[in-house]
Amino acid sequence: MSESLLSIKNLSVEFKTELGKVNALNEVSFDVPRNSITAVVGESGSGKSVTSNAILRLLPDTAQISGEIILNPQGEDPLNITSLDERDPRMQNLRGGLVSMVFQEPMTALSPVHRIGDQVAEAVLCHRDVSPEVAMAEAATMLEQVGLTEVDKKIRMYPFEFSGGMRQRVVIAMALICHPQLLICDEPTTALDVTIQAEILVLIKSLQRKLNNSVLFITHDLGVVAQIADRVVVMYDGQVMESGSVRQVLKNPQHPYTRHLLASIPGAVTDSGSQLHAANWSDGAPIGAGTFLADAEEGRQVREFSQ
Amino acid sequence: MSELRELSPGRLAWLRFRRHRLAMIAAGVLVVLYLLAMFCEFMSPYTPQQRNARAINAPPMDIRFFDAEGQFHLRPFVYDLELTINPDTWMREYEENTSIAYPIRFFARGEPYEFWGLFEADRHLFSVDPDGSGYIHWFGTDSLGRDMYSRVLYGARVSLSIGVVGVGLTLFLGVLLGGFAGYLGGMFDSAVQRMTEVLQSIPTLPLWMALSAALPAAWSPITTYFGVTIILSLFGWTTLARQVRGRFLAMREEDFVIAARLIGANDTRVIFRHMLPSFTSHIITTATLAVPAMILGETALSFLGIGLRAPVVSWGVLLQQAQNYQVIVMTPWLLLPGAFIVITVIAFNLLGDGLRDAADPYSSLREQ
Amino acid sequence: MRKYVLRRLLGMIPTLAIISILVFTVIQLPEGDIVTSTLDRLSATGVDLSDERIQNLRAQYNLDQPLFVQYLAWIGNFITGDMGFSYLYAQPVNELVWERLGYTLLITVCALLFTWLLALPIGIYSAVRQYSIADYGFTTIGLIGLATPNFLIALILMYLGYTWFGLSFGGLFSPEFLNTPWSWARFVDMLAHLWIPVVVIGTSGMAITMRLMRANLLDELKKPYVITARAKGVPPLKLLLKYPVRIAINPFISTIGLLLPALLSGEAIVGVVLNLPTTGPLLVQSLITQDMYLAGSLIMLLSVLTVVGMLLSDLLLAWVDPRVRYERA
Repeated sequence: MSESLLSIKNLSVEFKTELGKVNALNEVSFDVPRNSITAVVGESGSGKSVTSNAILRLLPDTAQISGEIILNPQGEDPLNITSLDERDPRMQNLRGGLVSMVFQEPMTALSPVHRIGDQVAEAVLCHRDVSPEVAMAEAATMLEQVGLTEVDKKIRMYPFEFSGGMRQRVVIAMALICHPQLLICDEPTTALDVTIQAEILVLIKSLQRKLNNSVLFITHDLGVVAQIADRVVVMYDGQVMESGSVRQVLKNPQHPYTRHLLASIPGAVTDSGSQLHAANWSDGAPIGAGTFLADAEEGRQVREFSQ
Repeated sequence: MSELRELSPGRLAWLRFRRHRLAMIAAGVLVVLYLLAMFCEFMSPYTPQQRNARAINAPPMDIRFFDAEGQFHLRPFVYDLELTINPDTWMREYEENTSIAYPIRFFARGEPYEFWGLFEADRHLFSVDPDGSGYIHWFGTDSLGRDMYSRVLYGARVSLSIGVVGVGLTLFLGVLLGGFAGYLGGMFDSAVQRMTEVLQSIPTLPLWMALSAALPAAWSPITTYFGVTIILSLFGWTTLARQVRGRFLAMREEDFVIAARLIGANDTRVIFRHMLPSFTSHIITTATLAVPAMILGETALSFLGIGLRAPVVSWGVLLQQAQNYQVIVMTPWLLLPGAFIVITVIAFNLLGDGLRDAADPYSSLREQ
Repeated sequence: MRKYVLRRLLGMIPTLAIISILVFTVIQLPEGDIVTSTLDRLSATGVDLSDERIQNLRAQYNLDQPLFVQYLAWIGNFITGDMGFSYLYAQPVNELVWERLGYTLLITVCALLFTWLLALPIGIYSAVRQYSIADYGFTTIGLIGLATPNFLIALILMYLGYTWFGLSFGGLFSPEFLNTPWSWARFVDMLAHLWIPVVVIGTSGMAITMRLMRANLLDELKKPYVITARAKGVPPLKLLLKYPVRIAINPFISTIGLLLPALLSGEAIVGVVLNLPTTGPLLVQSLITQDMYLAGSLIMLLSVLTVVGMLLSDLLLAWVDPRVRYERA
């Protein structure tokens, strides 16, 4: 079992829009090893969310995918996700079974009109042939594991009766209940208060250790990367800038963009960072959400990264 | 990616609207209809009350280019109608008499009319020989031998204008009441809210009916016309008022409004100079979509005999002739004004949809 | 919840009070009053009443009192079930309206159900298959339905029924059942007639319901919880019905309140065309002949029906949507 749990090879994604095709991902390749947390870091528009959505094939119909996403689940045949058909039964097994996802917005990621317990238990019912009572009991156990108290009462409550942090715990419980081998967290703490953020990060890390699965953690915050991840992939404008172990990348960044990213953390000083301009590390960068060329723009970037 | 053009919001709106092919067609149809209505005296071959004793309850006449021998004529013509009595049913039936043809003349002299009450004229866009022996009724005639096409056009003037005038009044009431309710809040807001709720919970048509029935029968046609229009708008403003109020409530807190107030603009100025322009497009759209309700309202009332009354000609008044199925079965062409109602209402709806998409800066150019 | 119901029930009172004032004003609008119009009628038949009799009559109807006293007397009687006397039919209004109101309610409720049963699935289909040929087709049909006045649909149906099948539509009963007591056969006969007004009235609401459902569902389909459910592996059809459709349908429960006045309006006019034994034709007759007690009572009853319908729809919404329940508890 030497190969990685997930390996992405030359993944490109294009969106058809009214202004023509927009290239969201360009030949992205990286691996997610087993039993570890891999962080994907990059600014808004760098393609990190597109990557994570592509793994579960959650992109809209306007997206055209090419390249390979190979999942090597333990005890099952390898799966090329990009070639799966929407109606393929393996797709159902993939979504929520082998791979599951925690989303950015806990306020809207849960259905407002269904009870918490039902929503968590549904994941069990979709993947295993058990009675609703069993599913509900498992849901309760899982909710306890993610740190909810008075679970008996809470499974009968509705999402709008919960705080943001509690909802995110519910979403995590829902994602982990079928013991997926890969958990994707798409900026799971961005919408939360700072103190809650820390709690959720600790939770994700401890659950990863306990369940021995892999986590693909999407973030724009290098601080979070340092805190949680084993490996890191730096993305910019739909391309992978560099990847490696967290220690290696953060201590000794190879790519100018990574240095720039590090420099934009307030309080962090590198020798060359603040003088760097985008043109130095990427020629002819197209206009898009991720561009910052002018000094005025850098201020915005700094603010964004230091959130 | 290379051609990122910069377009003004107005230009973008126009581009989006033009993409809406159906809305463009609808706009064209409406322009034609309104032109027909505006110049109905000239556009129609007859006046609405003119009777043709030789064609009573006559079916629509076919306009032909080929005669009975199959010969082509550049000038279109109609055949004379011959009245026969069906020996089985004793019904009057008309047959084409192919021995007498009436060629159609354009810009022909016909029945004199007073154009817009301004000057006398007797030219009509088309007619048959003016000597009086021929006739053309390509929409048929009613039980008094009146030309349905002419009556539909004269009816269009009333029905189409009632829609616009009514919506104008509705807009005035809705924007005024909704605007002040949203801007001032407090007691005034509660009062308007309450009123809106009450008006929306009364079935409109019965109330319209009651009010129209209360219009004195002695009123002149023009007074009745305005009476009915006011009645229709009296209950139509609630929807618009609610929308305007909602927008105003949201906008009241926005920086540019607060800024305007800080530099000392009074309430009226803030409302009409600063807040209203920021959603004019929205209002125009709502207004467009409100016109059909007015037209349908007038039609329904007149159809029941408690809105406009003969001798006023409106589409509803025209349809009143077709109230029972014996009439419809015998003379189905009396339903033709209905087709005009349907076309008008569809056109306004499509136009409104197009405008809404065009006015929405977030709607995508890709979607049609 | 109980508190909410109670509050809503109490909230109905001022609404109904304002409506009653409005209705009273409207029935006062025509020139003259009941007594003068009665006198006109009587003098037309050659009967002249003495001034004293006229005074007595006026007193009997409180016409010598100020308007608000007249109003209080009218609404007081209305609440206790005495709706006055119809001159047109020479009967107490009470005896005239109830059966007709029953039929009106029956037809309106059936029309509402018809609209929903047809329009909601179509709306769902149109949203899921956005921009498909079927989507455009349904939109077109709906638009035509929206644009065609109810009475015109009724007229066209009558025409087609006659020319194609030689049927004469109209009424709710065949002649042989017109004045017979209720029986199974009479009920079946009524059903055979009932569908026509139901279809005619239902068609007008179809387009708006379809479009709303389509728009609501398109909105819901974009929401993150749908992706969450997809990501956890819920099968597509189950996902569609259980999450976005379930939520997109909720607003419709509250549109009963908005649809009801429109349906009742539609019924009023279709009733006339199809010659139904409902409130519509009665109302038109009473208005044309200025039988204002009858007209006022009818409008008032229809308004009460609407207000109660709105209340029921709000309660239903609170019952099915936990968010509403939570907010209003």
